Amino acid sequence: MSAIGIDFQQNFFQLFNVPSRFQIDMVLLEQNYRVLQAQVHPDKFTHLSESERRVSMQWATRVNEGYQILRKPLDRARYLLSLHGVETQEETNTAMPVDFLMQQMEWREAIEDAQQAKDVAQLDVLLSKLRNDVKELQKLLELNIDIQQDFIAAAGVVRKLKFIEKLAEQIDSALDELDN
Amino acid sequence: MALLQISEPGLSAAPHQHRLAVGIDLGTTNSLVATVRNSISLVLNDQDGRALLPSVVRYLPDGGVQVGDVAQAVQSEDPINTIVSVKRFMGRGLADVGDVANMPYRFVDAPGMVQLRTVAGVKSPVEVSAEILNVLRVRAEQSLGGELVGAVITVPAYFDDAQRQATKDAAKLAGVNVLRLLNEPTAAAIAYGLDNAAEGIYAVYDLGGGTFDISILKLSKGVFEVLATNGDSALGGDDFDHRIYCGLLEKNKLSALGAHDTRLLLTRARAAKEELTDHAETRITAMLSGGDLIDTLLTQKDFHDMTLNLVARTMQPMRRALRDAELSADDIKGVVMVGGSTRMPQVQRAVAEFFKQTPLTNLDPDKVVALGAAIQANVLAGNRNADEWLLLDVSPLSLGIETMGGLTEKIIPRNSTIPTARAQEFTTFKDGQTAMSIHVVQGERELVSDCRSLARFELRGIPPMVAGSARIRVTYQIDADGLLSVSAREQSSGVESHIVVKPSYGLSDAEIAQMLQDSGRHAHDDMRARALREQQVEANQLLEAVSNALDQDGNTLLNEEQKTRILAAMGALRNELQGTDHLVIKRAAAQLNDATVTYAQARMDKSVSHALTGQKISELDN
Repeated sequence: MSAIGIDFQQNFFQLFNVPSRFQIDMVLLEQNYRVLQAQVHPDKFTHLSESERRVSMQWATRVNEGYQILRKPLDRARYLLSLHGVETQEETNTAMPVDFLMQQMEWREAIEDAQQAKDVAQLDVLLSKLRNDVKELQKLLELNIDIQQDFIAAAGVVRKLKFIEKLAEQIDSALDELDN
Repeated sequence: MALLQISEPGLSAAPHQHRLAVGIDLGTTNSLVATVRNSISLVLNDQDGRALLPSVVRYLPDGGVQVGDVAQAVQSEDPINTIVSVKRFMGRGLADVGDVANMPYRFVDAPGMVQLRTVAGVKSPVEVSAEILNVLRVRAEQSLGGELVGAVITVPAYFDDAQRQATKDAAKLAGVNVLRLLNEPTAAAIAYGLDNAAEGIYAVYDLGGGTFDISILKLSKGVFEVLATNGDSALGGDDFDHRIYCGLLEKNKLSALGAHDTRLLLTRARAAKEELTDHAETRITAMLSGGDLIDTLLTQKDFHDMTLNLVARTMQPMRRALRDAELSADDIKGVVMVGGSTRMPQVQRAVAEFFKQTPLTNLDPDKVVALGAAIQANVLAGNRNADEWLLLDVSPLSLGIETMGGLTEKIIPRNSTIPTARAQEFTTFKDGQTAMSIHVVQGERELVSDCRSLARFELRGIPPMVAGSARIRVTYQIDADGLLSVSAREQSSGVESHIVVKPSYGLSDAEIAQMLQDSGRHAHDDMRARALREQQVEANQLLEAVSNALDQDGNTLLNEEQKTRILAAMGALRNELQGTDHLVIKRAAAQLNDATVTYAQARMDKSVSHALTGQKISELDN
């Protein structure tokens, strides 16, 4: 999944005027997002010329994309690593530590068990456990990227986080299904 | 406090050039039009002082059309030609409509959208809706004393692409320039938020005549940010009427009623529902055409019991919206109730229980959407300096593409802030494959067959290559109206094909022109004169916008050559405006637009960098 549209002269960190790091000030990011949208949003250009309306839509699209990427830790890490020339290879590089894979299998079984038992409370418990794991890995990302600048190690953490995100999605759709 | 410098992207209109703009709530049961006058948003009444226009259209044998109360009054006498709740058919095929047997219409299964056979011929829901919009447009123009620059038309947040496109087509047919399609709960939030200086996270629970929306919004300092929305575009007050109706059939052992009796009992059912809002019980009486007398007592408890699962059906979207926003019910500061159906006590109780707080009902649930739409219309028309004002909305449903095995690959996930665009690359399956079929779908389910099909198109002219080596980039763009366009391009060879599709339910401009010509009302209208007038208004707006821009920064952002080119294009357009050929004016306007593209980009670059430069300077000051 990648960006489209106009050429990027600035990367998203520059565009939003936040330091190019994993750990960023989310309040500042949100504030700057709103300042930028206040400049470029199509609602400001409805009464103007066709060309200005078109440029506005392209910019607003770009600002929305950038905000979503910087706002979500996993996307932000992936993007930051790509700026450093490191691709995270989530689709191709599936070589994971054995203990991590074992853990994944346990997770999957636990989710499926809860799903079959229609145990919404248990699914919620699993989800909050998962979120703790996510927080731990995010701390590791901060260490790898911002302090050690070990981008290769960080790419490994991103791949792990991607696995966990898929588990969270699985719980989410299980909850959705039980809701029906 | 860092001071942010915000430069204005475009000049707002001079005070004496107040542009007439309205907000229109095109509802399932009732429709309204509102405008901002002296900074106050108010609903425009008809000549008899009525604000609500019943969304009822009756077709007469002589080709005449009745809209509103007059049509509603005779709906039982002439049920087949009197269309109520047409919104439920917008952008919907016959298979989607549901309980066809219990509706007093003669449906025609047309490709894309269902149609209705009336005494005045076969009518599409788009045409029926256009009749309602036309009455509101005329009401507004008479009340405001001039032609409208445009309107903000509200749609249920959970409307899909086909339903939105159908609404926009109806406006076009009614001669209404759409400034924006605005989601109903968002419109309500604007009216509510401004009225109450609300800050924090709010839920808007909008149960209308035929649609249900739930939106979670973050309100802060003039920014209305939708965090998530969900709903059911086929659930509303009509369904509650229908439950009473079915109860009547069962209790009185009736079956297979004619169109007249069906409409009669549905009307009685609705009256009973309204009565039960503040009465413990009500008596339903009706004389059927066969001479049977219906006389049934209905208590609030009966009504509550028979509609339990309808109320429950609104809870699931609420849970889903909260989950998508990563919030829980405790995070919600207030719940705004919108739509006439939220008057039902069982609905209010269920919502109160869910959010553990009493919902807010201090704004008229019938009017709040139109009032909010009018406020936004005023901003979009350029009447108000919109700098402190920002509306960030989302698209309600995921958009995807069909991949191998009938599976959906999501390209834009639901609740993405609009406008948004995403691209994804696909490749060929066979050696030498020169065409690729692209199937655009909307919905959350994995199987394509469970999602709504929006469009199919083919990308042709792919140079023959080994399977898997072509790179076809498919781009989805959702604009600020929530409308989708899709394009596809083969990249690897440098050969480019580019297609933009309209969803299959959308009407082409030619079809709309044909409908306009077919419609009796417009036959007398001089089509050319109307097209000319529209083009003149548009051209003048364009000239004004460009000349304002030039005054602002023409000398700093343009070199002599660029400036000369723009001035020449302006001169040419002014020249053509003297003439009477709308196509010639249109062409000259397009040329001026072309001449200003790089200028528009430069202006935007400047405005964006200025915003952040201002911040840097003020941070240094601290």
